[in-house]
Amino acid sequence: MEKTCEVIKMTFSFFGGIHPDENKFLSCDKPIQEFPEPDVLVVPMSQHIGAPCKPLVKKGDPVTVGQKIGDNTGLCVPVHSPVSGKVKSVEMKAHSSGTTMMSVVIENDHLGTLCEEIQPRTQEQVDALTPEELMEIIHQAGVVGMGGATFPTHVKLSSGIGKVDTIIVNAGECEPYITADDRLCREMPELVISGVKVIMKIFGLNTAHIAIEDNKPQAAKALQAQLCAADGITIDVLPAMYPQGAEKQLIQAITGRQVPSGGLPAAVGCAVFNAATCKAIHDAVYEGMPLIKRIVTVSGNIVMAPKNLIVPIGTSYNDLMEAVGTSANPYKVLSGGPMMGISQYDLSVPITKGTNAVTILGHRSRYHVDHPQCIRCGKCIDVCPMKLMPVLMYKSLMTNDVEQIKATNMMDCIECGCCAYTCPAYLPLVLGFRSGKQRIRAHAAAAASKKV
Amino acid sequence: MAQMKYFYELTISSSPHVHSPVSTRTIMRDVLIALTPALIGSVYFFGLRALMVTLVSVAACVFFEWAWCKLMKQHCKIYDFSACVTGVLLAFVCPPTIPYWTIILGDLFAIVLVKMLFGGIGRNVVNPALAGRAFMFSWPVLMSTWVKVGWENQASLFSTVDAVTAATPLANMHQGQMPESSILDMFLGNIGGCIGETSALLLLIGFVYLLLRKVITARIPLAYIGTVAVLAFLFPMGNDRLMWMAAQVFGGGLMLGAIFMATDYVTSPVTKLGQIVYGIGCGVLTILIRYFGGYNEGVSYAILVMNCCVVLLDRIGRPTKFGAPKKEGKKA
Repeated sequence: MEKTCEVIKMTFSFFGGIHPDENKFLSCDKPIQEFPEPDVLVVPMSQHIGAPCKPLVKKGDPVTVGQKIGDNTGLCVPVHSPVSGKVKSVEMKAHSSGTTMMSVVIENDHLGTLCEEIQPRTQEQVDALTPEELMEIIHQAGVVGMGGATFPTHVKLSSGIGKVDTIIVNAGECEPYITADDRLCREMPELVISGVKVIMKIFGLNTAHIAIEDNKPQAAKALQAQLCAADGITIDVLPAMYPQGAEKQLIQAITGRQVPSGGLPAAVGCAVFNAATCKAIHDAVYEGMPLIKRIVTVSGNIVMAPKNLIVPIGTSYNDLMEAVGTSANPYKVLSGGPMMGISQYDLSVPITKGTNAVTILGHRSRYHVDHPQCIRCGKCIDVCPMKLMPVLMYKSLMTNDVEQIKATNMMDCIECGCCAYTCPAYLPLVLGFRSGKQRIRAHAAAAASKKV
Repeated sequence: MAQMKYFYELTISSSPHVHSPVSTRTIMRDVLIALTPALIGSVYFFGLRALMVTLVSVAACVFFEWAWCKLMKQHCKIYDFSACVTGVLLAFVCPPTIPYWTIILGDLFAIVLVKMLFGGIGRNVVNPALAGRAFMFSWPVLMSTWVKVGWENQASLFSTVDAVTAATPLANMHQGQMPESSILDMFLGNIGGCIGETSALLLLIGFVYLLLRKVITARIPLAYIGTVAVLAFLFPMGNDRLMWMAAQVFGGGLMLGAIFMATDYVTSPVTKLGQIVYGIGCGVLTILIRYFGGYNEGVSYAILVMNCCVVLLDRIGRPTKFGAPKKEGKKA
């Protein structure tokens, strides 16, 4: 059978946007390598949006690969042990979000003993599963959105059934430096597509879109080679622009629909899944393997050997930095890419399910201007993908009137950083908007408590 | 901690951690580069005194800003070149024969009263250079003595008595006559006038540079010049509509004002529609002042008046936010 699928080249994508230096060439040609398992792993109990897990193990307990070590009820996905060994301690540990979190510290015995619950399934077995069973498998495997938001995937699936008419797979990867999804699509396209087919089955749809930026032609080609027209999966090639991979912008680019302010993608019939999430869904359904490893790009302007690594969850940033080497003292170490990544102060923090990259920046890549002053150039308005007016939002922060801040639509800001990247005056716009949002939330909470 | 193998001085900050190469400083530098052709042209038309006046004006502006910051113990931002731009622009709207003390007083007014007293860069309500010029009209004779172009007529560096004076095209036009100079001379800049305003060609070169560098958009200049052109075409004071229109467009400070003064970020609206309305408003006021005003140049006062309307113009044409409930709005 001739293998063809539809490749659509999109020209319009979304409002605004910027073209930062991509720097993907550093790592985009580096094949994915297995990172040697470290001796000690720190597995945080909360790697998703929702209620944190309660540890199911205690100090001294033996654990096996894939064994569930944390779970909870409510909006929660379980956490599994990435290695076999012994629980060294259960304690509060530094986390890449900047806080501390209850974590299970595991001493690796390097035996790789598999948990007996892990059983691969054949295609026939998978075909026999109902959507509900599939979602439960995905839930129990601890799958979350791996693009960084870490929203529980089973919730996205179950809440979208009946509402969703368009499945979008996000292989856009618009952040500079990051190549994890690019390499994944090039080297394991069949696994990504297998995961997409599971999602299509759950939603009962026979079409899906894989969105990819036009700066990743090899990945698009690799995916295309695995698809035939009967699959119903189209590859939508989008112009490379930041923030193409942002959920709302991606939906606009593919379908032309605008997610309503404050709403979820399901409100316009869309569900967006990261390419890495699709692979995790495949692993969970076909291999029975929970989400215990992920692909992480370790790159940056002072990294000697940038790499794309398969890293067990719980590996420390220190171990990864040692593996790639740096040519100078790092200035910033980021969890994620340089546009939205969180700068770290403690390099003993572990890789979590949402860490798609560790970016190590050497010299001062963003100057800090003392006493920055807006010159009203309006460039921030031109680049804002949410069509907001950052110049007026920032000005509103000078007031004490929270209602006035709210009136600038600050809550719609997606913190993509386009405005702060562009601002010639180097205003700390995103920082300001984050604090403004906190003030709005605090104000709303105070108003709610007054009523009661 | 045992696993802290390395200790680095890591910097913590909010994202984003990278920045575009464009800064206030590079923008102001680009504006200075865009003004350079006109400056070179002014030396060709009016002699070295034009250059000298400009340099004195720049030095005075930078000095006043520095001195103000030192006196008031404020953070000094002279390295962003914005004072240099004010200095050049103020010199460009003065006649080449202007005495140095007058322009230094103008610089003092522009920098200290108009810019720094309002809070420095980004806070001023009106364009400092134009306000400085308006202040310098306290000496109207000095501000409206025009030399003939050409090296043989130029004022010397230190004395202005020898200069041969002549009327500018706008002075002719104010009396309802076509100017004595040809349109080509007006386009090239071979006419009397202020230091930097005479050559439309050289200013347009700067305009193209600013557009290519994306420092400004064409909205304000096109709306401004377009409005002046249309109004001049509709209400000509001569036999030839087209020639009258060309004379109005190339005469006086319109090109300089539309390209470099009306587009000043701080004193122009941030919304697209606001910018267009602002440009049209400048154009209408310019024509009104040129036709009916007591003084024959309208550009600087038109822009100054429109500067004061920016707070209002910022309110029109605001973008509709992403995902705003459109249909519900219609129902209600």
